[in-house]
Amino acid sequence: MEKSILRSDHVVYDDDIVKKFILATLVWAGVAFTLGLIIALQLASYRFNLNLEWITFGRLRPLHTNAAIFAFAGNAIFAGIYHSTQRLCKTRLFSDLFSRIHFWGWQLIILSAALTLPFGITAGKEYAELEWPIDIAITLVWVVFAVNFFGTLAKRKEKHMYVAIWFYIATIVTVAVLHIVNSIAIPVSMFKSYVVWAGIQDALVQWWYGHNAVAFFLTTPFLGLMYYYVPKAVNRPVYSYRLSIVHFWALVFYIFGQVHIICFIPRSQIGLRPWG
Amino acid sequence: MSVLYLMVPMSLALGFGFFAAFYWAVRQGQFDDVETPALRILEDSPQERKLHGKKHSQI
Repeated sequence: MEKSILRSDHVVYDDDIVKKFILATLVWAGVAFTLGLIIALQLASYRFNLNLEWITFGRLRPLHTNAAIFAFAGNAIFAGIYHSTQRLCKTRLFSDLFSRIHFWGWQLIILSAALTLPFGITAGKEYAELEWPIDIAITLVWVVFAVNFFGTLAKRKEKHMYVAIWFYIATIVTVAVLHIVNSIAIPVSMFKSYVVWAGIQDALVQWWYGHNAVAFFLTTPFLGLMYYYVPKAVNRPVYSYRLSIVHFWALVFYIFGQVHIICFIPRSQIGLRPWG
Repeated sequence: MSVLYLMVPMSLALGFGFFAAFYWAVRQGQFDDVETPALRILEDSPQERKLHGKKHSQI
């Protein structure tokens, strides 16, 4: 223990990548909120369509949700995870190169969303509208993120994995499974594909994805971040660390509940579900 | 509904995968100490101490 603390004196954390992700978070937040305002205005009056097909509600709404969830929240998650994981593991990130590929890859993916959705290029699946070449890019960048994260865990100089790290692990693993299964499609051209699931099968898969994407892209990563940043911000330990561990494992075994979600579509039994 | 034959086993595999992780973590002694980890994260790294001088860093 003593030894590991001494050694950590020489660690220089990679905060440059954190700043990059924070800047991207702010920029995309501006884009996402502006788009949200525009489509809200369009709901109030047709005049805000400006008679242009590219900026009608049906095309800008998915761009707004993609920008808010995957660009704004996504970059915030990456900034927080990269900043806190280095400190929790008392080591620099696994690979500077992987961090950069992750950053620039993710920004390019978002940019390609902004370039395709207004032109009506869409897979037509809510929160998974991006067409197959972009889906493949998302998968690759997510794998780079996962390798970078688990590589950092592997070389950590702190034996204990703080509860936040468990939330990050659940996020990375589950989002990968959700994205791949929901996006499996057969391309017919560069910008058009048909998902392998058809009809009711697609409805089941899509909302298994939709439901769990909210859980594992918008909930678990931020819970993890809160378990680190709130105690740091107020400089007091979490009220009960024991309870935080119970929290994580209780929540993550809710993944068994996915079966339950699938079986009860449409959501007839929502009152019986403990969460979500 | 035939997609359930894929989705149910997959959900179960994820769940049991996490159960395996839990089992590993308990065996590793990850949860033997549930008091000090909450305190130890509050300690700033040398890099941060340099950055913020003597006062406690905000985050």
